Parts: sequence; structure tokens; C-alpha cells
Amino acid sequence: MSLPPLDKLPNPIRPAFTESSQEGSVIVNIGPSHPATHGTIQIVAELSGERVLRTDVHCGYLHRGFEKECESHTWHNLIPYVDRLNYCSALINDFAYCEAVEKLMGIEITPRCRYLRTLLAEYSRIADHLTCIAAALMELGAMTAFLYLVTIRDYIYEHIADLTGARVTYSFGRIGGLAHDLPAGWLKRLGEILDEMDTFTGRVHGLVDRNRIFIDRMRNVGVLSTAEAVNWGFTGPVLRSTGAARDLRKDTPYLAYAELDFEVPVGIKGDNYDRYYVRMREIDESAHMIRQLVDMLPEGPLCVDDRRCTFPDKPLVYSEIESLINHFKLVMEGPQVPPGEVYSAHEGANGELGFYLVSVGGGVPWKVHCRAPSFVHMGGAHRMLDGYQLADVVPTFGSINMIGGECDR
Amino acid sequence: MDATVFERIPERLAGLTAAPAVAHGILVVEIDAARLLEVARVLKDEFGFDMLSDLTAVDWPAREPRFDVVWHFYSTRHFGRVRVKTRVALADPTVDTLTTLYGSAGFMERECHEMYGIVFRGNGDLRPILLYEGFEGHPLRKDYPKHREQPLVPYRDVKP
Amino acid sequence: MSGPPTRPAPSGAFEFLTTKKDEFVGWARKFSLFPYPFVTACCAMEFMSVSSTLYDTDRFGAALPRFTPRQSDLLMVVGTVTHKQAPILRKVYEQMCEPKWVIAFGVCATSGGFYQNYAAVPGIDKIIPVDLYIPGCPPRPEMVIDGIMKLQDRIARDRHPIVNDRF
Repeated sequence: MSLPPLDKLPNPIRPAFTESSQEGSVIVNIGPSHPATHGTIQIVAELSGERVLRTDVHCGYLHRGFEKECESHTWHNLIPYVDRLNYCSALINDFAYCEAVEKLMGIEITPRCRYLRTLLAEYSRIADHLTCIAAALMELGAMTAFLYLVTIRDYIYEHIADLTGARVTYSFGRIGGLAHDLPAGWLKRLGEILDEMDTFTGRVHGLVDRNRIFIDRMRNVGVLSTAEAVNWGFTGPVLRSTGAARDLRKDTPYLAYAELDFEVPVGIKGDNYDRYYVRMREIDESAHMIRQLVDMLPEGPLCVDDRRCTFPDKPLVYSEIESLINHFKLVMEGPQVPPGEVYSAHEGANGELGFYLVSVGGGVPWKVHCRAPSFVHMGGAHRMLDGYQLADVVPTFGSINMIGGECDR
Repeated sequence: MDATVFERIPERLAGLTAAPAVAHGILVVEIDAARLLEVARVLKDEFGFDMLSDLTAVDWPAREPRFDVVWHFYSTRHFGRVRVKTRVALADPTVDTLTTLYGSAGFMERECHEMYGIVFRGNGDLRPILLYEGFEGHPLRKDYPKHREQPLVPYRDVKP
Repeated sequence: MSGPPTRPAPSGAFEFLTTKKDEFVGWARKFSLFPYPFVTACCAMEFMSVSSTLYDTDRFGAALPRFTPRQSDLLMVVGTVTHKQAPILRKVYEQMCEPKWVIAFGVCATSGGFYQNYAAVPGIDKIIPVDLYIPGCPPRPEMVIDGIMKLQDRIARDRHPIVNDRF
């Protein structure tokens, strides 16, 4: 039970500043094990009283070696690693990665798969925004809103578990399609959950939108202009809160987004209140898109009929030698992807989620790089933290929605 | 997306080290490492590529020069994407920094440096960002074994 | 902890009362846990779910997290611990007072999960002693509650040096 003796615990980071720049200012350390930084982030802040003079953001406490792991797994076997990047909306990661591999292989997915992937991506986006808003509001003290939104998120998790088998990290995408099709009654339950979600988000709007305390804490805090946001690489709801209507689903449409009717909500000032409101409106827009997709979902095969990536049906595997060998090769060697490289970007819940894949032929990738929106946002986070109060660090940080798995990979 | 952009860029940037290509909707240009700042300025000021999306490197140990450094630029105005690649050798893996043009380059260059050992000339802050102080080596290079751990806290004896 | 301590069989009124007192103390201790959620990764999603209305750790007295290790007695390590994070985990553990318990929540905390590489610690028991391992990636809330109940059984059988033995 005894711990090996340690004279001095090593400091894993080197802060950018250790000396005060002003008379009377102190340097404090926020994190990395902190209740209000979602995930492990360390912010070394210089404070003059309660005012933050400058910050130095340190991420990397959740660096799990995603890229190095992917280089020793087959293209299929690394899908669980991809899931755990943005673990709040795991399906979006799956589909972005699978589409990148499909581009390299020259595969076009079936219409049913396209619409279903769009539907599930929007469903995941709703879960992510619910988590972000629930946590951000809880930090401001609005515990009721947290409980409302997490209840709905739990219904969503159980519902997706009916489909994929898992609640949080699904590994549901497959190269060339999805793991399996919808069970009976799934779409009906989907409609029920969306209706209940509308009620609950309405209650949260009622509690918080015109609440004097909420407005005082969130308006004009963490302000970002569009030019600064673009310079520092912000995308997603943060960029949209500054007033720029930039959304990859509208600008460079992929999957079935070109056929859907939806708006891109934008903010006015680029402050915390706008980021909260943009996310709430995006939840409504996603629900609207899902309802359209349920009507548009065509019948037909789910996975593309391509022996290079799709597993043959089990009865065939057990009766025909060709299918058996096909199955064996897909499992042991992985789908053979022709040499080349591709960069494919989707609109994740936090912004531009890109995958840069390099293949040298064969079943194992040469390089799988994830362009993570949260990582780039951490680079620019100090622009939103410097100059405000210490107590503003918490809601500003919450509104950026840094997801550790994605930031540190 | 303005399709003529992909034709005008290679004309403007004469002297590419390889023929420009359009791969899966992205223009790929390969340049000499010394031209990086000039190319980045041209792309930003004349062609409207106002966002640096991604910066990474690829290790080809059997090839000389060993590393490919890869930048992806995106335009929020005409939604085009450009991939700029350059090659650097193990003996002198140095390229210029883009932090003077794009703020987002800061963290990305730190990550590329600690993972591959690429040195960004002009970037004064190349501290480890995903790894920790005291980590030796560059893990994403192909000759770094995946399982080599460098623990900061010594392991205790665990009775099974 | 080496197995439940032997207690003399109740053989008279005095022993009966002390046994009942011990059971009462055990019951009170097991239902007043102050967790410190050392949250890092995806398991945090299930931690949030298990703390909320549908699964509710409040029924077990373990709802109020004390966000400082000095005031908590249950360290829940939720998610992957990397080598960069290891000194912080050790420091937080050392800042807690006895008696304290550690739950390794999820396979990454138990054994490193499927991140067997240069970055992740292969199990937090390499850094600090662990009392309960909850496997799962991430574990379902029912598994977490089952784990907490097992830990509660152990706490109830535990003998506190002052409260159980001096009185």
C-alpha cells in the first residue's frame, strides 16, 4: 500500500511566464484537475486583483497517442480510436473518418447510408450541444438546467444504444456504410425524444434567456471579432457567434446536407451569451433537419456492395469459400486502400473536424492525422480570457467547448 | 467555389517543385522550403486564403529528404482549400514560422515540433504542448517505438 | 485491507449492543461519501449521467462532490491518466486525508484500456493504490452503481480506529 518515495513531484509543463509583470500581481494556476475546466486543461494566469492580465493555456494532459496507435491498426480496427476523439458526439468522428477513407478508395456510399449518416450526425450534434450547455449553465449555478438537459441526453444515449449497442462511444461507422440497419420502432421513438427535447429546451430558455444574472455574467464577456476568430483558426459555433455565417454543411456540402432546409444561426457580438444562444438554436435546427430526414429516408441496401471493404453476410461466410477468405482477409489484413493522401473536413459540433490520411497501399495506414477544432481553439483561447475577471474564465472556457479527447488526441 | 482559383494559383506561384494537382477537391502544390513565407503571403493576400486549417508532417524514413511538412489553407470567402507541401531533411529540419501571418500556427507548430522534430525558424515558443517537459525523442517518427514509456512518476509494486 | 475483520459472536447484551453500534456506524459511513471526481476523458459522460436524475448517486449519499481533495474521501479517477497527468494524480491523492478510497472508473484507469503506448499510464494502480476497479469503456451507469455498492459493503465492514474500537 505504500507509495515509492518522491522528493519532489516533477512539473510536467514550463509556463510562459513565472514573474509578475506588474506591481502586486500574482500568478495562479487553474487546473488541470479542476471542476470547472471540462476535461484537463491548465491555465496559468497572471491576476491583478480579480482581473486577468495574461494567460498561458496548457493542454496535452489527455494526449493518448492517437496517431501513433492508428499506425499499427488496420483501417477498420482504428474506428474505436476515432470515436474517442470528440467523445460527446462520437458518430460525427466516425463518419468523417469513414468518408475520408472512402474518398481514398473511390467508394460511393448508398443513398440510404447517406441519409442515415446525416441523421445520426445531427443527432450526435444535439447530444454534444446539450452537454456543453448543461455544463456551462451548471458552472454558473443553474443546476436545474443541467438536470433537464442531461435527462434528455440520457434518453438520446439509451436510444442510440438501442441502435449501436453502446451509450457514449459507438464505433458504428464502417468503411462503405454502417455497422447495421435501424431496428423496428426506432424512428418512432426518435420523434418522441425530439418532442420531449423541445419541451425541455423551452424550459431552459424560460429559465435563463432573460435572466438578469445570466445576462450580466455572459453578455460582453469573452468577446471575439470575426477577423480575430478567423486569424486564430476558430470555426464552428465560436466563429458563428461573431456574426460570420460560416458552416461547412452549407459552404461545402457533404452527405445529404445540400438537400435539407436549414438555417445557420449567427450571433451579434461574439460573446458568451451569443455562443450559448447559437448552440441552443443549432439544437433546434438539428431537430428540424432530423425530422426532414426521417421523411426522406429511402429504402435500399445500407452498405455498398464492394468486396474491398464490406463484410459479406454471415450465412455466406459459413457456406462459401470465397466469402470466408474475403472475411478473413478483411479482418486480418484490413481493407486494402490504394496509395495516396486525402484531407476531408466535416462540420463537427465544435467546428471543422478534418482527417488527413496518408496511405501507402495495404491494410494499415501510414498516417492518420486529425485536425481537431478544440486544439486550434485552445491556441486562441487567451484572446477571450485576457482582460476579463477571474470569475469569467469559467463561463468563457465553458462556451468554447473544449473536448479533451479531441484537443489532445 | 471559384474554379479558376485552382488554375491561377500555380500560374502565379511559378517554380513549383512538382506538377500541381487537384486531389479530391484540394489543390496540392509542392514548393521549396525557402519559399514558404512568400507562398503563404501570396495565398493569403492575393487569393483570400485567410485561415490556416492544419499543419502537420509525414515521416518517410526510407526517403531522402525524410520529412514532408504539410499545410492546409482554407478560404472563408470562396471556400477553396489548398495543400502546400515541402520536404526537409533530417540533418536540417527547418522551415519558416507562419505565426506572423496566422495566429493559429502557434499551437500547431509546437505540436509538429515535438512530434517530428521540425524546427520553425522565427517561432520563439516551441515548448512541448501535448507532451511533457523531460520527454526525449519525437514519438511520431517511425523509429520511435510505440511502447517506449517515459514515466514522470515511478511505478509502485502492484501485487497481482 | 486484508479481508473483513473477525468480530466476536454476540453472546450477551453488551456484545449485541456493540455489534449494533458497529453496524450503525458502518451504515452511516457508507452513505456519506464525499467523492472527488478526478475527471479526464470520455468516462466523464457516464459520470455526469450517473450523477443525474435517471441513475442518481444521491441515493447513495455520494452526490455532493467536494472539489478539493482536502475535504473528500473518495477519489474517483474517471478516464485515462497519461504520464503528463500522473504527478497531478499523485499530488491529489497525497492531499487527501485518511481514511480514503480510490475508484478506478473505466478501463483506461484500470489498465490503460486500449491505449498501450508511450503516452498513457497502464493503469492508475501503478501510481496510487486502488480499492475498486469498474471496467467498461465507458461503463454503463448500472455498473458504476454496482461498483459503488460493493465499495459501500467494504466501507461498512471497515473498522475505524476511533469510532469503532475506542467506544
